Amino acid sequence: MTSALDITRTVKPPRAVFLNFPLGHQTGKPHEPELQRRILLDALGAFETIAQPGTIVELPYVWDPNDRSWEERDYTKGWMPVPPSAQEADADDAERRARFGSPA
Amino acid sequence: MPVAYIPRTRELYSEFIPYRWVVNDTVPWTPLKKPLRKSRLAFISSGGVMYRDQPRWHREDASFRRIPKGARRDELSFWHFGYHTKDAKEDPNCVFPLERLRELESEGVIGELCDPVFSFMGGVYSARKVRTELAPALVDELKRAHADAFFLVPA
Repeated sequence: MTSALDITRTVKPPRAVFLNFPLGHQTGKPHEPELQRRILLDALGAFETIAQPGTIVELPYVWDPNDRSWEERDYTKGWMPVPPSAQEADADDAERRARFGSPA
Repeated sequence: MPVAYIPRTRELYSEFIPYRWVVNDTVPWTPLKKPLRKSRLAFISSGGVMYRDQPRWHREDASFRRIPKGARRDELSFWHFGYHTKDAKEDPNCVFPLERLRELESEGVIGELCDPVFSFMGGVYSARKVRTELAPALVDELKRAHADAFFLVPA
């Protein structure tokens, strides 16, 4: 899968399927299992249909037909996620360890 | 219009030495030997997915995690420097479609989904590390799993 057509054209993987969705959504929208399924069926189908090395199949799905403003924002300075602080990261680790970790 | 991510990256990191993108002139090619419904499919995500208490990634971390293919949603967490993980945490299938892939396996669309599936954190600046450390380690895993094909989902 790819959402970055320019990078994929430069890297040239053997087979690629392009979905023009924001980063973090390369197999669909959250809570839309039918859409996720259709995207996966299209993507996996390309294993059998792509015959020419380097082909990039472009999927027709549109993130929001009424608002394409995400394309202006994605992966710009104002958009980038703020990494959690060290304390927040430690707290998350401790929570996961408490929930799942094997006792010492 | 598809987003042009190479210029966006250049702008984002304009105070650093310009990033040297990997430019390949040739395309590797291995024909699929069997139809997908008879193939063993491996799944690799670069979305920074962790299973239960697996360690998170640090910057320039080219390690990967093994995630059991039967992992439940509440056993997964996400850690990445380059995308918003909020939606992934609410429904992993928008970027880590493990539940959907299991469904397609049980319906016979995929012969067999290899166990485990894999994840790394794609925000690794060093293409050399990816080429000499991460990629060969994953290739070893795919060979061990007798995978016929692998499905790579970025984030």
